[in-house]
Amino acid sequence: MRENVEELLTITNLKKHFPVQKGFLDNLLAKKKGFVRAVDGVSFFIQKGEVLGLVGESGCGKTTTGRLILRLLEPTSGEVLYNGKSIFSYSRKQMERLREKMQIIFQDPYASLSPRMSIGKAIGHPLVIHNNFSKAEIRERCLQIMGKVGLTPASFLYKKYPHQLSGGQRQRVVIARALVTNPDFVVADEPIAMADVSVRAMILELMAQLKEEFDLTYLYITHDLATCKYICDRVAIMYLGKIVEIGTLEEVFKKPAHPYTATLLAAVPVPDPKYRRTHPIPKGEIPSPINPPPGCRFHPRCHSAKSTCSVHEPDLVEVREGHWVACFL
Amino acid sequence: MATILEIEDLSVHFPINIGTVQAVQDVNLRLEQGEVMGLVGESGCGKSTLGFSIVRLLRPPGKIVKGRILYHGQDIVQMSQKEILSLRGRKIAMIFQDPLTSLNPLFRIDRQFIETLFTHERGLDKKTAFRRAEKMLESLGISPERLSEYPHQMSGGMRQRIMIGMGLILNPDLLIADEPTTALDVIVEAQFLDLLNDLRRQYNLTIILITHNLGNVAQLADRITVMYGGTIAEVGQANTIFEDPLHPYTQGLLSSIPNIKLDQPKLKTMPGSPPDLVDPPSGCVFHPRCPYVKEICRVQKPETFTEDGRLVSCWLYG
Repeated sequence: MRENVEELLTITNLKKHFPVQKGFLDNLLAKKKGFVRAVDGVSFFIQKGEVLGLVGESGCGKTTTGRLILRLLEPTSGEVLYNGKSIFSYSRKQMERLREKMQIIFQDPYASLSPRMSIGKAIGHPLVIHNNFSKAEIRERCLQIMGKVGLTPASFLYKKYPHQLSGGQRQRVVIARALVTNPDFVVADEPIAMADVSVRAMILELMAQLKEEFDLTYLYITHDLATCKYICDRVAIMYLGKIVEIGTLEEVFKKPAHPYTATLLAAVPVPDPKYRRTHPIPKGEIPSPINPPPGCRFHPRCHSAKSTCSVHEPDLVEVREGHWVACFL
Repeated sequence: MATILEIEDLSVHFPINIGTVQAVQDVNLRLEQGEVMGLVGESGCGKSTLGFSIVRLLRPPGKIVKGRILYHGQDIVQMSQKEILSLRGRKIAMIFQDPLTSLNPLFRIDRQFIETLFTHERGLDKKTAFRRAEKMLESLGISPERLSEYPHQMSGGMRQRIMIGMGLILNPDLLIADEPTTALDVIVEAQFLDLLNDLRRQYNLTIILITHNLGNVAQLADRITVMYGGTIAEVGQANTIFEDPLHPYTQGLLSSIPNIKLDQPKLKTMPGSPPDLVDPPSGCVFHPRCPYVKEICRVQKPETFTEDGRLVSCWLYG
């Protein structure tokens, strides 16, 4: 998009197409191979020290984007520059080094912790992989980070196993494990989706506090626009593998330019019995990413679709400073 | 208004190897005909257990150890298996969280509808049954042709609508919806809530909406019951609970939820975590986390007090 010395990550035209498995009969009839266009040409940048929210419904490609940025998946095409260098040109060894600096927090704290590893061991594991610390040093660092994420008393919890902890504590373990190598950049993939209401606020608060303390940059992936408000500096809205709108939190929330963004904002349930939704909710659901609609992908559900929307695909254009929208309106 | 359901002193326990989980403890609740009751609380607070008790679908080792559940004056707890079968589905329907696991993947939708009808209405002919299924699909906003499809051919939102259709086809008067929108995306969730609101009028339903999502409850419920640690913290009109929560737990819960329409710079957090129900705290279950805890809270279970039309179980109002 544009040059900026502060850009930590620059993502250019990133694509990931997953082949669809063909059945025996399809092979026999030589049917054309289908692809799930999970991420289909995504470009954006992440500035140093900011929190970028990546928002969309399930199947829009937000998680795939997050994984591509960490190179947990190989892209079909496109580029991810980390501090100006393409991460896809890194060798396996170099990539391992880089992962120290780029970490991920997964959604499910039950599935992402090994039930056979004690908390201390799980948190210290990245250090065993990345550094040549002695056992005592690793323990020291673990206890330190456990204190920082609020797993106290640390020396008591160190020996515990995941099943002995509550959901909120587990998510803290996952966060501690991501931060123990002192990363610069963390992808948080729906870190609070599994948590209870009262725990959610705590985890968000903790993430914001740790960001200041460790000078972190986050990519915050979520389907919940309401929580974005408390942590994000900028938000990007994804629909069917494309970014439809990106801008500062204030701009996107107060003046949504894309009809899809407006719909998403309107659909969020508001905890106020006096509030009544006025914005119309579109019929139907997100179409299949195997055969996305031609033209603008949102046009079949869009209230203000014009004839050109079903033919041409809109590009991201800047409507206001730093606020980009892919829509013909 | 007539009372449709009255729960008196209900306790449900799950004996497990390390003790007994007191999932629901001394719960009293009254439901009026035609209202939507939001049953809210965090996971493990006993809200789903309460819902399952009403249709007597508790998973073993869960047991109702005490109390009565009066449906139109009849005690569900004392009913024989045969009696409960005639009630469940026909009079009281329940829809579950995950529509994918609640539908049979091997049967087409029409067969699942017809099976439901045949089970409860003997002597029904196939044509009438099919027609009723078609009509139901129409009122759910799904094209009747899709009756011949299998569940996997449908989207998540459509499956959930099918589920509610199967629940309503026998014309029950009480619907228990256990986290019906948790597996759905925001836009589909909004669609589903709109549908539920329409159906409620159309079928004159009484609904128990079990959820942790206070946003959903605010949009749909007339009254709200807040549960915590197997007990009821507060019951009252939705408006008053949101505007002026009485119980400290309700207050904490409400201030920790994000509201997209408000300018809250920060969310408040509640210290501590929910109680261990094998060994619940003495006195009030909320006292270890309560900011206003008094001496009496630690030793004695709070009574239920009436405070401007609401029921609240807290010593602050005693």
